[in-house]
Amino acid sequence: MEIAVIRYHAGNIQSVLFALERMGYRAHVTDNARIIRSADRVIFPGVGEASSAMSYLKARKLDEVIRSLTQPVLGICLGMQLMARYSEENNTPCLDIFPEEVKKFSSEGGLKVPQIGWNQITQLHSPLFEGVKDGAYVYFVHSYYVPCCAYTIAAASYGITYSAAIQRDHFYAVQFHPEKSAEVGERILRNFIHLS
Amino acid sequence: MLTKRIIPCLDIKDGRTVKGIYFENIRDAGDPVELGARYAAEGADELVFLDITATHEQRKTFAELVRQIAHHISIPFTVGGGISTAEDVHTLLNAGADKISVNTAAYRNPALIDELARLFGSQCVVVAIDTKFEENDWWVYLNGGRIRTQTRAVHWAHEVVDRGAGEILLTSMSHDGAKQGFALDLTRELATTLPVPIIASGGAGTMQHFLDVFQQAHADAALAASIFHFGEISIPELKAFLKQNGIPVRD
Repeated sequence: MEIAVIRYHAGNIQSVLFALERMGYRAHVTDNARIIRSADRVIFPGVGEASSAMSYLKARKLDEVIRSLTQPVLGICLGMQLMARYSEENNTPCLDIFPEEVKKFSSEGGLKVPQIGWNQITQLHSPLFEGVKDGAYVYFVHSYYVPCCAYTIAAASYGITYSAAIQRDHFYAVQFHPEKSAEVGERILRNFIHLS
Repeated sequence: MLTKRIIPCLDIKDGRTVKGIYFENIRDAGDPVELGARYAAEGADELVFLDITATHEQRKTFAELVRQIAHHISIPFTVGGGISTAEDVHTLLNAGADKISVNTAAYRNPALIDELARLFGSQCVVVAIDTKFEENDWWVYLNGGRIRTQTRAVHWAHEVVDRGAGEILLTSMSHDGAKQGFALDLTRELATTLPVPIIASGGAGTMQHFLDVFQQAHADAALAASIFHFGEISIPELKAFLKQNGIPVRD
């Protein structure tokens, strides 16, 4: 099983690598298009800011590489948001794998932004959540979100109900951090690796 | 629903935990990795590792320890103690820490907060504020509580948020160690006026104290050390109690 974790300047990806190692997998951290294309699974992680992340990806033509992948791909956090069409964060056109717009949480009504902490995922319907209970807790850190849409495979609520995870064909994306979500997160990563 | 967080704090000295003694069936309670993993398995929501002897020479050792922790523990954790430059932060985040906490260095050089938020994002910048109630107000203390400043804690808390702090770890030195409960008034004031989460610290002695700080003071998280280390309160028991009393917690 060859797993590629896309290297780009956003955030630290060490936690994803450690989580995979705990499960017995070694991943290649790479921005090399050939290695990414030939991997069995591709993980697109990220904590950071949308416009600088997109600039970085475009400068290395990784935007085209990611769009054209045919194996299972998992976007995490910022990775998920970058797979949308557009992000409100610095008005950034993104990869357009999902024709959705990323919005910012409104702090009206005293909502703290970013959301930091453990929240529940509900309305689970995807092989990604095989064996995960509806209402399971996972760890979120984010200010922006993908609204509920035709691609939503898990929802979460923070002021409003939004997409905790989305899927379109072989593209999967989660807003939370499975690599930091204890046993539930490990199960989700394992499910992703075992997708048929 | 977003849950309230329970955060055990482990003090690290020369790579070993200080005060970690109660767990049975643990090979080495002085081993931060093993103790942290045990808390994670018991349902701690996050961990804080504080390097209390952080000197320049020891920082490399601490970074290696952070790597070990990140390798073995699958919940988020914050590291702090003696962090004073963006380079320190870069090293610790690259080693796998999720957040870093700054205290004295941020007070001495407030622009550090702006720099860290810009370089790494507010979500990983925790500003720790140690404060004591004297002469009818809360004052900021530095250097592990040894130096008093003329700055009011509320004022400083607002400034650090304006500069980009993503969370505040608020320790009441007036309550720390007394086991008579958290500083409810100050915690409430900050938790209800600041747009970032407040982690309350100092004073936990009973499960009721945790309930009070969530229910009455609206803290987003509560941190404690010795009552967990000495087994006076177990995390599963605490969470069951909070849940029974209507506080959203992860179970």
